Amino acid sequence: MSTASRPSSKPAPRTEPASQKKIRVLTLKLGLDGHDRGVKVVSRALRDAGVEVIYAGLRQTPEMAVEAAIQEDVDGIGVSILSGAHMTLIPRVLELLKERGAGDIVVFAGGIIPDDEAAELKTLGVAEIFGPGTSLATIVDFVNSRLRK
Amino acid sequence: MSLAASLLQGDVRALAKAISLAEDRDPEATQIVTELQPQTGRAHLVGITGAPGSGKSSLVDLLLQVIRQRGKTVGVVAVDPSSPFTGGAVLGDRIRMQRHTLDKGVFIRSMGARGHLGGLAAATREVIHLLDAYGRDVIIVETVGVGQSELEIGTVCDTTVLVLVPESGDAVQSIKAGIMEIADIFVINKADLGGAEKTRRLIQDAMALGPAPAWAPPILLTAAIKDQGGVELWQAIERHWEYLSQGGGLQDRRLQRLKQEVLALVAEQARDDARQQLEGDTPVARRLRQNPNGTLNPYALAAELMGRAR
Ligand code: B12
Ligand SMILES: Nc1nc2c(ncn2[C@@H]2O[C@H](COP(=O)(O)OP(=O)(O)OP(=O)(O)O)[C@@H](O)[C@H]2O)c(=O)[nH]1
Ligand SMILES: [Mg+2]
Repeated sequence: MSTASRPSSKPAPRTEPASQKKIRVLTLKLGLDGHDRGVKVVSRALRDAGVEVIYAGLRQTPEMAVEAAIQEDVDGIGVSILSGAHMTLIPRVLELLKERGAGDIVVFAGGIIPDDEAAELKTLGVAEIFGPGTSLATIVDFVNSRLRK
Repeated sequence: MSLAASLLQGDVRALAKAISLAEDRDPEATQIVTELQPQTGRAHLVGITGAPGSGKSSLVDLLLQVIRQRGKTVGVVAVDPSSPFTGGAVLGDRIRMQRHTLDKGVFIRSMGARGHLGGLAAATREVIHLLDAYGRDVIIVETVGVGQSELEIGTVCDTTVLVLVPESGDAVQSIKAGIMEIADIFVINKADLGGAEKTRRLIQDAMALGPAPAWAPPILLTAAIKDQGGVELWQAIERHWEYLSQGGGLQDRRLQRLKQEVLALVAEQARDDARQQLEGDTPVARRLRQNPNGTLNPYALAAELMGRAR
């Protein structure tokens, strides 16, 4: 369950045990940013690692992200930003989560975020930031280790 | 405060957490649902089913618009398939209902089927009870994209809407024995693409073959992405609800539903017990391991397991 890619010869479908905890992650694009290739690739990789991904798509506001995360009771929010608006939008997500008593939801991000700003976001509470070229295995490992209940 | 008590006070996080417990098949969910049961039974349960991509989520979005204009609150349960290989899923129904995200009168929950067959998730019934106790007037359940045999929705909801698309003419002919029969309302969505009238006639012809039923399922045309047909669809759903409530068998439907729910619980428990025995350190499991070529008699094994499972 912890590998990112599917084995080349398909295994027989598993019979799921009845009692099962699953990691749930909300992925989305914040703000006016049409670069959705990265977030789709990541969503797909997480699915293949056994995660339930709720993909909320483009043009999400911090308010929408937090409301959806609460309704879906996700363990983490994966934000994708390649537009440059990360320093205003991501801190707002953290703020709203705290306001709603949902500060335990892990926020992580990917996209074009310069190192110094990434460091600043991390001091504000973003768990991890993944830039271009990050291997999907790295992201899957992060989700498996940080978000498992 | 207990999760159940918080939920009753309208705490959305408590509701969401309780749903997760049900999804994870946590025994605590059983307790919560039991505690809340006196508060349930008020909501109108509407099922939306149909082939993959027929526009179910888009129609839910359209219905939300209409229902909210009438001041009723709504809970949506949207089920998507889980991968049978990894158990993972990308749940994509919510993306079609974006415009209602910030409306406090709308609660949307995406669920992975998690290996459950029948078009729903194993926890769907529990989630409906939770939304009902939470006080939602209308609960809409969207199934996974179905073929011909995923009919469970018909045993879960008061009103079942079957979504078809134009040109599914051949499909209409071949599936009338199964899924057509659970429809209380037919919708031909994507009517903007043309051919919807022809499809309507095909459905009408198929229905005319049988005896006239007490409730003749209406056939409606919609174009969800153009915001067309939503009001008419909601009116039809409300008419069906009135029909059911006024001597049309609402009690009977709910009694059948209770029976189905009990059956499902028994089946789940039995399967769980059996699986544990098959995989645990039991006589049956040991004999299976000693006969790895699969030549043992399945009936004998099943009988043995069921005897022990009691
Ligand atoms: C492809 C591309 C486009 C495509 C987008 C297609 C699409 N549907 O995605 C098109 C042509 C439409 C486009 C348009 C524009 N683009 Co462009 N685009 C790119 C380009 C070349 C590659 C992006 C990409 O898809 N990479 C492949 C994916 C797989 O990588 P990725 O997104 O980085 O994702 C990885 C990580 O970042 C991370 N990740 C990403 N998201 C997430 C989410 C989570 C949850 C996690 C865990 C990880 C994660 O994991 C992924 C795997 O490693 C980049 C340059 C670059 N090399 O990055 C510019 C780039 C992003 N674009 C840029 C610009 C300016 C634009 C435009 C404004 C150009 C214009 N003037 O019109 C428009 C804006 C469009 C819009 N509406 O937003 C700039 C952004 C500058 C900035 N932020 O300061 C870049 C950086 C180019 C540059 N050097 O100037 N673009
Ligand atoms: N032309 C047209 N396209 C529509 C209409 N309604 C939905 N669609 C499109 O059909 C596609 C599927 O729509 P969904 O609402 O996601 O369908 P669905 O039945 O929920 O799909 P699954 O949940 O994946 O089975 C999308 O691209 C919609 O934009 C319509 O009335 N007309
Ligand atoms: Mg859908």
